Amino acid sequence: MSRSPFGGQKLAQDLAQFSGKRAASLIPNARISGPIPWVIAIMIALTIMAAAGAMAHSNLASKASADLSGAVTVQVVEADLDARRQKATAAVAMLENDAAVANVRQVPQDELNALLEPWLGSSVGSGDVGETVPIPALIDVELEEAATPEQIIRLQAMLDAKMQGLRVDAQSSWLQPVYSALTSLQYLALVLIVLLAITSAAAVWLAARSAFSAHSETIEVVHHLGGTDEQIARIFQRTVAKDAAMGGGIGLLMGVTGILLIGNQFAALDSGMVDGGGLSWFSWIVILCIPLMGIGLAVLTARSTVMRALKRLL
Amino acid sequence: MWADPISYKPRMSDAGQTPDTIVSFDNVGLRYGTDTEVLRDLSFTLFPGSFYFLTGASGAGKTSLLKLLYLAQRPSRGVVKMFDRDMITMPRSDLPAFRRRIGVVFQDFRLVEHMNAFDNVALPLRVAGVREADLKQPVTEMLSWVGLAHRIEAFPTTLSGGEQQRVAIARAVIGRPDILVADEPTGNVDPEMALKLMRMFEALNRLGTTVVVATHDVQLLKKVPESLIMRLDKGKLSDPTGALKYPPRNERRSEKRPQKAAPKPRTKAAAPQDADDEPIDLGPGFKPRKPFGRGKP
Repeated sequence: MSRSPFGGQKLAQDLAQFSGKRAASLIPNARISGPIPWVIAIMIALTIMAAAGAMAHSNLASKASADLSGAVTVQVVEADLDARRQKATAAVAMLENDAAVANVRQVPQDELNALLEPWLGSSVGSGDVGETVPIPALIDVELEEAATPEQIIRLQAMLDAKMQGLRVDAQSSWLQPVYSALTSLQYLALVLIVLLAITSAAAVWLAARSAFSAHSETIEVVHHLGGTDEQIARIFQRTVAKDAAMGGGIGLLMGVTGILLIGNQFAALDSGMVDGGGLSWFSWIVILCIPLMGIGLAVLTARSTVMRALKRLL
Repeated sequence: MWADPISYKPRMSDAGQTPDTIVSFDNVGLRYGTDTEVLRDLSFTLFPGSFYFLTGASGAGKTSLLKLLYLAQRPSRGVVKMFDRDMITMPRSDLPAFRRRIGVVFQDFRLVEHMNAFDNVALPLRVAGVREADLKQPVTEMLSWVGLAHRIEAFPTTLSGGEQQRVAIARAVIGRPDILVADEPTGNVDPEMALKLMRMFEALNRLGTTVVVATHDVQLLKKVPESLIMRLDKGKLSDPTGALKYPPRNERRSEKRPQKAAPKPRTKAAAPQDADDEPIDLGPGFKPRKPFGRGKP
């Protein structure tokens, strides 16, 4: 035994937090070789894809709804070509004078022919199909405001008062089943996100419990040395945060790659409707926040697991 | 009322004040689950700066009593006061600050295996919030004091039983505890090392640290003649030296060992060694210093 240690310089008494690298070293772990970063990576990737899907559907529905909210189609159902043309011209004139109507356009016969070409063949464009096939004349009407059922009824009554054989439809009503399907898909994505979050939390809970058991002796020592629950929990939080950050980064990469691949596939469809399903900058911000939320969830789960386990110690 | 089943009444000082105590047990019992009590009707008082041996056969309840002392367990009944605070009613969140005033040497050392000797000894200081920059000197000095300066980087698995025990002691005392509790500290070392360890405990005791050593080694008791003996028998405490029933007055202890007599030994300078003690170099700087981490973390 040699010189006493008690005559050393006065040590700083500031109560810095027992944290950082030294604190984390109490619980050595294999990090990347352990399952938790990979479990979190997969969960984050799936969550990102589910969230991206939900937001794309939402954007799609919103855009379609906005485009069609004030759109109304008037069909002139008349077998006789001349009478059909007269009724169409009269209807356009009536609608142009209506205060609720912003714009009126009779769909040209060329456009009708092009619309029908997939069903009636290329010969449609060679002559006036309307002369042989009684196709209704179409009038596109854009209202100042949304095409509510009351507006549709009013327009129908106004036209019926002057002539018969005209039918007024809100364009959005044709897409109602599509909107319902999109809404269902959004709810499905939300449920998926919640389930993935619960699964991630459960995985972290199991890992934290396992780590707590594996290092129970060390934790007891720190506890007996006067370590507080906060200090001990912080050690686990730090470890889990690192694992979750690693998993979150990998998951983000996987998720974004998946979104871009799927996005390219849909873009190749060259469909006007799919075009509306792109992700806005806000959607991308939400996607970038998902790994951060995952890290937060993992840290909170680890903290609550460890704090509860520590309560069993005096 | 601070009653005692063996009719102990606290001795009053000349000034009519209750002697300073560091630990008081009143009618304390401990049972694990629904089993019978492993400790029964314990009533005793520990005084600052005293040296106690806790003896008894295996299974007598020594470790259980130590657990109560180092706040690892609450009793099933009775009142435990430490540092003038009731430990039974104390909120759990307040206990860590008190644990930092208690050094523990576990029977099985409980060193953190993946940490080297330096980090193990530094652990209490880190828990207490001492900055990394301020760790090196005290930890190095402490390891040097226990004769392990050359093993500072060694991991516990590469240390002998005696070396591990000394690292454990260094870890227990580096925070300058008010009480040092040691559970069979010499159980895994040879007699020569056992004597050295006892000398270390004595040296700490001279600084005012109350030392409680649990042992069933009768020979060890003779090494510290001024020690007080607490004997446990089937969970009940006997008092072979009468020290618990009739505790030595501060004045009397002051005459024999003035360094122990101080009610607040942390603030007093260490006394010279007893002439018949085996010499231990306490060093010129072997004087009380403000302990670490007494505040809340």
